[in-house]
Amino acid sequence: MNTHLLRSEFRLYFRDIAAIIFGLLLSPLILIILGAIPSFREAKPELGGQSVIALYVPTMIIMAIAMVAISTMPVQLALYRERGILRRLSTTPVRPKDLLLAQAAVQFAVLLMGSLAVLLLGWVAFGVALPGNPAAFALIYILCVAAMFGIGLMLASVSGSKTAQGIGSAVFFPLMFFAGLWVPVKVMPEALRTISSFTPLGAGVQALQDSAIGQWPQLLHIGVLLVWTALAWIGAIRMFRWS
Amino acid sequence: MAIIEVSNLTKRYGERIVVEDVTFAVEPGEIFGVIGRNGAGKTTTVECISGLRTPDSGTIRVLGNDPQHDPAPLRRLVGVQLQESALQDKITVREAVDLFASFYPDPARPAQLIDELGLAASAKTQYAKLSGGQKQRLSIALALVGNPKIAILDELTTGLDPQARRDTWQLISQVRDRGVTILLVTHFMDEAERLCDRIAVIHGGRVAALDTPANLTAQVAAGQVLRFRTSSPADLAALRSLPSVTSVEDQDQELTVAGTQEALPQVITELSRQQLVPLNLRVDQANLDDAFIVLTGERA
Repeated sequence: MNTHLLRSEFRLYFRDIAAIIFGLLLSPLILIILGAIPSFREAKPELGGQSVIALYVPTMIIMAIAMVAISTMPVQLALYRERGILRRLSTTPVRPKDLLLAQAAVQFAVLLMGSLAVLLLGWVAFGVALPGNPAAFALIYILCVAAMFGIGLMLASVSGSKTAQGIGSAVFFPLMFFAGLWVPVKVMPEALRTISSFTPLGAGVQALQDSAIGQWPQLLHIGVLLVWTALAWIGAIRMFRWS
Repeated sequence: MAIIEVSNLTKRYGERIVVEDVTFAVEPGEIFGVIGRNGAGKTTTVECISGLRTPDSGTIRVLGNDPQHDPAPLRRLVGVQLQESALQDKITVREAVDLFASFYPDPARPAQLIDELGLAASAKTQYAKLSGGQKQRLSIALALVGNPKIAILDELTTGLDPQARRDTWQLISQVRDRGVTILLVTHFMDEAERLCDRIAVIHGGRVAALDTPANLTAQVAAGQVLRFRTSSPADLAALRSLPSVTSVEDQDQELTVAGTQEALPQVITELSRQQLVPLNLRVDQANLDDAFIVLTGERA
């Protein structure tokens, strides 16, 4: 990794207000709004004794991953190609892939900050316990990021920045539906819950929720995440165009 | 020994042949111009030399290396200014030059380079807010910041105002004086005439001529160039058949006739035979512009 590029990408990232809002601030903000509803903070027997807000902590983390991976990052990468920035770099000793790596590293770092903010906020403000099984939580988190960054890279491969933005939004809403953004997965009808388990974010959110209450995630969910990761990265590597 | 050698270079895009059998050699320390009309294949040729495109056939050696198979040393030693510069919107001039300097083992001093290119006042300006001319100068700075042995400059002064063009020419001359070999792509004849030691004229993907600016001019149009309009269309074939005339160009009813010193009386005589009067007649000694028009006048 080229550290000069990394530093430069970091600096540039924090000059973009929209990127900061979507990558860093939006998830904690929505959590605050939801947490302000008193009934969401009460333990519910039909949710296995958890509060609604406790279920939303993993959902918000998943949402931040999805936003960065299939919206912010692919648009940025497609823009770098469209503008000829990758091509310009290819005539220097630095390789264009160094810029992609630096960009991904910056996006990941910011994402991590946003996720930690959500966890801390849930804990401090709304009494949501920190993950009971931190190792599993971290592992699933990394898997979700890997799967979604792969999908994002695939988006950046097939299209220009405008198209990437369009497809990104079109993919975002169904994926987030199955991750329980509107209706928690736990209270979905059986059929929907099954479908959810086979989507990357549905599997991801359920596995994160299991880890949050101290259990190990279901093998099904881990398997689903691994398969999505493998498929997305194979697709991305095959399809990526440098210019 | 030549520092850049191009032999029988051919490049197709699909069915279309863009560069065909192009051969030339650039000597160390010279400013070598590649000129041609839009779409003549100039940019494709230098992109093959920069390693950005893969030739279909022919060989290229840059400092003894093949840009396709051994690009790594060339990326350190060759500075490239692409036709369209490309940077992130929010990066400032100073940051961009510093960043690119960090890519090279022995870079130029960014502050000095920024100063030489007249960018000191906009060093803290973000890329998206630069004027076209400032972007162009930044892109030249980025091509030179690695202290290259060879600089490849594509459309060097496009978008610059007359003063900035002159300043840039001055700078390019200074860079050459430091021993840098320069490959310059341009469609400005005054620029080529002023800067280049030798010029390859590319036309229809082929090298139409290769010589010093003075020889090119002398070779195709030793003598004079007549420019005039006629009250009604002239018989161009008859003009072309005059022994003293080497070429006739018709652009928007303005005729440009190049030929020897006898061209003027012969052309006037021929026109009066056609019962035409030359209007706004000007007689110039031929320059590179005229040579270029002659060399690229007919489809290759």
